[in-house]
Amino acid sequence: MGKEFLTIYWREMIRFTRFKGQLFAALVQPALWLLLFGVAMSSNFDAASGAFSPLPGVVSIDYLTFMAAGVMAMTALFTCLFGGMGLLFDKNWGIMKEMLASPMRNHHIQIGVGLGGITKALIQVGLIMVFGLVLGVTFFSGFSAIETVMAVLGIFAFIAVFSAGFIFLSAGLAMRVESMESIQAMMTLLTLPLMFSSNALYSTSAFPGWLQAVSTVNPLTYLVNGIRYFALGDDFTAMGTHYEYTGGDIILSFIVLLAFTGLTFVFAWRAFKTAKVT
Amino acid sequence: MTDNIIEVENLEHSFGDLKAVDKVSFSVQEGEIFSFLGPNGAGKSTTINVLTTQLPCQKGTVRVCGFDVRTAPHSVKESIGIVFQDEVLDRDMTVKETLEFHGRIYSMPRAQRLEREKELLELVELEEKVDVRTKHLSGGMKRRLEIARGLMTRPRVLFLDEPTIGLDPQTRLRIWDYIKRVNEEGTTIFLTTHYMDEADLLSDRIEIMDHGKIIASGTSESLKNTLGKDMIYLETENDEKSAEISRRVSEVTEVKKTSKGLELILDADGSRVLPTIIRSIEDESIDILSVKMKKPSLDDVFVHYTGREIRTGSGENGMPKMRRH
Repeated sequence: MGKEFLTIYWREMIRFTRFKGQLFAALVQPALWLLLFGVAMSSNFDAASGAFSPLPGVVSIDYLTFMAAGVMAMTALFTCLFGGMGLLFDKNWGIMKEMLASPMRNHHIQIGVGLGGITKALIQVGLIMVFGLVLGVTFFSGFSAIETVMAVLGIFAFIAVFSAGFIFLSAGLAMRVESMESIQAMMTLLTLPLMFSSNALYSTSAFPGWLQAVSTVNPLTYLVNGIRYFALGDDFTAMGTHYEYTGGDIILSFIVLLAFTGLTFVFAWRAFKTAKVT
Repeated sequence: MTDNIIEVENLEHSFGDLKAVDKVSFSVQEGEIFSFLGPNGAGKSTTINVLTTQLPCQKGTVRVCGFDVRTAPHSVKESIGIVFQDEVLDRDMTVKETLEFHGRIYSMPRAQRLEREKELLELVELEEKVDVRTKHLSGGMKRRLEIARGLMTRPRVLFLDEPTIGLDPQTRLRIWDYIKRVNEEGTTIFLTTHYMDEADLLSDRIEIMDHGKIIASGTSESLKNTLGKDMIYLETENDEKSAEISRRVSEVTEVKKTSKGLELILDADGSRVLPTIIRSIEDESIDILSVKMKKPSLDDVFVHYTGREIRTGSGENGMPKMRRH
């Protein structure tokens, strides 16, 4: 395999940093989400959480800290879900023709765009995490320096696999559809159920059975599990729910994400394999 | 070994029930400027798309630079350059980045790429625009950049699809100049155009395609000669009768009625035949309103073979739309 995918990646990063307004919005939007929604909801939930009797010996997590993990995950989701749209743009108004007419194998485009999506998501999530810590999110409390570094690496590994999954999904769709409108509609349709059937903003334990079933096939749930495990530890309570993760749970979550990414990889691979622009 | 750089034999291509290309055969010699003409929907774009491996070769054989497009599309892609009909640029990349991107996806070694970038920017006179984003370039500059890009890898054949469409006359002249210079350096040019002056001026050889078939081929000169030596346009009071009279003149090989009068094709020197024709018509007491004589142009050749002026808008005749936007 040649290294032309690095050229695609290089272009993705040029485009990421070139549009200052877009870059600014991409970074500020999740920060605002954390700031407004997080602070507003936590003032409500934390007032209510007096009703929950704390479990002796178990760390109790405030709502802002609880939902910060969810906001990080959602940031990665949005970035990557819309990350393939550039390809549709290239197809209709840009250089897709040039790329497909070149001797470069088509899947280099997929790999390059995938790496671009992962990088963008990691940068954004990293910044949100720092912003959250400034706001008073109590991640990594009681962790040693090495534990903290390991935890961050763990979070990034989860984010990377998850991001790849959604960027491939988005790229695969972009290569198959014709119009901007249809892909935008699809993305919007996907976003809400993904967000609200997950454990990003609240516990799923009180969900009715069917919604719980949905949440167990939602990749976002597994990403949030991973982030909380690494950031908050394996035993804590939040809003009256007791969370306990075993190493096995986390490995399983990671495997689920890998499987999801594997599926979307094939989905995108097939779209690129037969891609033609005439 | 032949010195044909492109060989097309019995190429056929269909879109569903529609046969866009029907048993087409032709060849292009190394080093020539070859023009591929035809009305919209004639099958030109389909043929080019097969030649450049953008479409699969359904039936027939196509060899480009010695490689079969069916078995070695990768090698074909490596040895050709393409300037697409519509603008294919990333509007937010700079001129330099555009060339760099191209060189890199064609796996050019860095040193060679930098050298070519410099050379080509000089050739198309865009040195001062290296750091300008392509959206800020004029139409002509964009075209020049695309030509430079197509030449980055020193392709043996450069495909130019309507290279001067929508450009002003000065810019067209400059682009023609680049095309000639590139050709003089040894690159074979495969040109499609709707501008007959362009084809006439540039090409060594021409093929005209219509309804999926090659209907005429040769040099611009030989094609014009097939139309005879001179053409006379007549407007008379009674075109019906004048046509009949003109047909009797032995040097007149063809008489056609057009919306503006008569078009006569002669196989002899018109300045000597014209008086005879005028006299014969006037002898029958028909007034002649206007007379014009000229050598056949490539436009005449085109219209003669395709039967009508260039059809506007692609997608006519139920052809699938090949142009985007």
